[in-house]
Amino acid sequence: MQIRVMGIWLAAAILATAIFHVPQTQAAEDTFVFTAIPDQDEARLRSRFEKVAAYLSDELGVKVEYVPVKSYAAAVTAFRNDQVQLAWFGGLSGVQARRLVDGSQAIAQGVEDPDFVTYFIAHESTGLAESSEFPKEIAGKTFTFGSKGSTSGRLMPEFHIREQFGKAPEDVFSRVGFSGDHSRTIALVQSGAFEVGAVNYKVWANELNEGRIDPEKVRIIWRTPGYPDYQWSIRGDVDRRFGPEFIEKVKAALLSMDDPDLLASFPRAGFIPASNADYAPIEDTGKTIGILD
Amino acid sequence: MNDTTAGYYRRSPLARTLAWFTAIAVVCLAFADIDITTVDPWAEFGRLALGLVTPDFTATENLLHAIAMTLAFALLGVSLSVVLGFALALVFHIALVRGFCAVVRAVHELFWALIFLQVFGLSPLTGILAIAIPYAGIVAKVFAEILEEADDRALRTLPPGTGRLSALLFVRLPDVWAHYKTYALYRLECGLRSSAVLGFVGLPTLGFHLETAFRQGNYAEAAALLYIFYVIIATQRLWARRQLLPLYLVAAAAILPWSSAISGANIARFFTADIVPFPLRNGEGLAGLLEWLHNLLIQQALPGTIATVQLTMIALLATGLLSALFFPLVSPVMFGRAGRTAGHVALVVIRSTPEYILAFVLLQLWGPSMLPAIVALALHNGGIIGHLVGRYTETLTLRDDAPRGLARYGYELLPRVYNGLLALLFYRWEIIMRETAILGILGIATLGFYVDSAFAELRFDRALVLIAITALLNIAIDMTSRRVRRHLRLRTTLEGR
Repeated sequence: MQIRVMGIWLAAAILATAIFHVPQTQAAEDTFVFTAIPDQDEARLRSRFEKVAAYLSDELGVKVEYVPVKSYAAAVTAFRNDQVQLAWFGGLSGVQARRLVDGSQAIAQGVEDPDFVTYFIAHESTGLAESSEFPKEIAGKTFTFGSKGSTSGRLMPEFHIREQFGKAPEDVFSRVGFSGDHSRTIALVQSGAFEVGAVNYKVWANELNEGRIDPEKVRIIWRTPGYPDYQWSIRGDVDRRFGPEFIEKVKAALLSMDDPDLLASFPRAGFIPASNADYAPIEDTGKTIGILD
Repeated sequence: MNDTTAGYYRRSPLARTLAWFTAIAVVCLAFADIDITTVDPWAEFGRLALGLVTPDFTATENLLHAIAMTLAFALLGVSLSVVLGFALALVFHIALVRGFCAVVRAVHELFWALIFLQVFGLSPLTGILAIAIPYAGIVAKVFAEILEEADDRALRTLPPGTGRLSALLFVRLPDVWAHYKTYALYRLECGLRSSAVLGFVGLPTLGFHLETAFRQGNYAEAAALLYIFYVIIATQRLWARRQLLPLYLVAAAAILPWSSAISGANIARFFTADIVPFPLRNGEGLAGLLEWLHNLLIQQALPGTIATVQLTMIALLATGLLSALFFPLVSPVMFGRAGRTAGHVALVVIRSTPEYILAFVLLQLWGPSMLPAIVALALHNGGIIGHLVGRYTETLTLRDDAPRGLARYGYELLPRVYNGLLALLFYRWEIIMRETAILGILGIATLGFYVDSAFAELRFDRALVLIAITALLNIAIDMTSRRVRRHLRLRTTLEGR
């Protein structure tokens, strides 16, 4: 009997959860939706970007919503399928997305993005120290990239590895992994799960500031030459949907974002204009290493 | 090997088959990468243990939403699959239907989800169909088997000329209806697991947050999510009531965010452009296509297939060994009430945890080798088989002077349950293979790894070829397993499915 009563209560609780629960993503037709690649600190994605959504909503005068995605590819797919109209992409994911959506354009990038850098980092047990030359000693060690679709965590480091060794990473290292995101790359090299890794320099600086990096255990061994990376990309058909000059309005709103709290979500010092042509080097690199057809 | 053992192996097909399977698994193991690569796995394990005892139920953004979504996808997906599966079971004698069901269930729900994400985006349809389609294939097969194995005495007493529909409705179905209900309820449990796991590829269910929490090392949050998941599964028999089902379905349909538009253009584009091999789209003709296919097969499909088969065979053997260790824990023949309760709790936890999540946790602790996958598969499947075999031993009566302790286990218990255990083990062979492929998404270089890479690179043409190969491999294992079981005269009971 008692079990029966419990069952009824449970059933009631489940129904109540369902019925009284207000769906979060009740996107109406006129809602402008954006996403961001989940490159770091995924647990706080929503709190990071909902502030940005509120800012954009004020600036643009339309309802703006942020949707979290689980992977770089999911961000590209959402952009392509018009489930988001604006996205904070990495260099590679931006190129992938714009190749798939005619008329889409890169409109803004971080102040740091034209000259972005990847750090090669190593566990202290490797005995490697920082050098200005590419550290050829990493051959034969275990190595982790970030996400499979990351520019700073995969594309650029793989490009330099292939250039230096003339071989695919699987043939250079004793083990190759994909950590999924930059925070995780640092954690994996710091714990020694991988001896060497490649990480986005902004995320490294961020984690260092927040005290999550133990300099005794993991250190930078090489810095890549600069390359263009993150950018905001927008679909070309938003002008038709949200009114004339909408792209320009979005661009202006992004470029004038100066609240440090908002900028910390990216983290960037500010935004500057960007164009599709800025990312031609990334597209070429992608084709060179075979990630892009 | 002396004469008598040699003779024994010649006479006993069972011993011979098992020797083969063991030998294959040992060879696979010899070539397997099973290193623990983390330098200090125990520090991480300590943090995990701490998280497990200090669950944080407030850490997850939108927790209620995730719970509601997990339930909604499971309820709608499983209901749809039972209806479809039932219909298919009635025409299961048609070879085409059998083939269709074999193909749809050979593709794992996570792969279906990855495909539907491209077609429908993050629409509710993605989650519902990702569960409903493979499950319909499974349900159809099991329902058809139940119908086939049902007692046919009533059927034989029918007067000649009785319509097939009347015979089905009034004679055959009433007999098997209770079995169908039991099985549908079990499917719902599987559906809840699948629904949670779909979050790993981006659907807004518990898995979405669980993956993040584990990956970021927020173990207190992860523990809370896991406990909620266990409670949902453990209390399923209390809340999953037939009278309430319509209400649940309406509520589930009502809360899903249907507003995200499904565009016909996206669907058309996926089938007419995305999955067309790149050389054809690019006008490189047949020569280009052949080179593309050749590279894909040699560089990805072949190593992926080898790793998949290797992992499957090792995991199968490990599952068998663990099952034999686990079942006495819940057997009244071996342990008293207190010991059994502890055993039950342990096995419930082990088998309720999706192997995908188990592997994920072990991977974080031990680093990326095959070891976490082997252990996860063996624990989960061993937990299921151990539970079923343990339950079976409840029906055994031993002689008063039966030996005790280890001798009782070795000489009384094991010989009696041996065939049943093997039947279950071979039945789960295909299930283990399905999971093996999917564990690739976690970074173990099985076929799933290459499928995941193809999706990450937005190369759906390659993904589809690799998924098709995965499906063929599954179908091959399914057929082999059936042949082995028939050869060894091993029968699986309804519960084992």
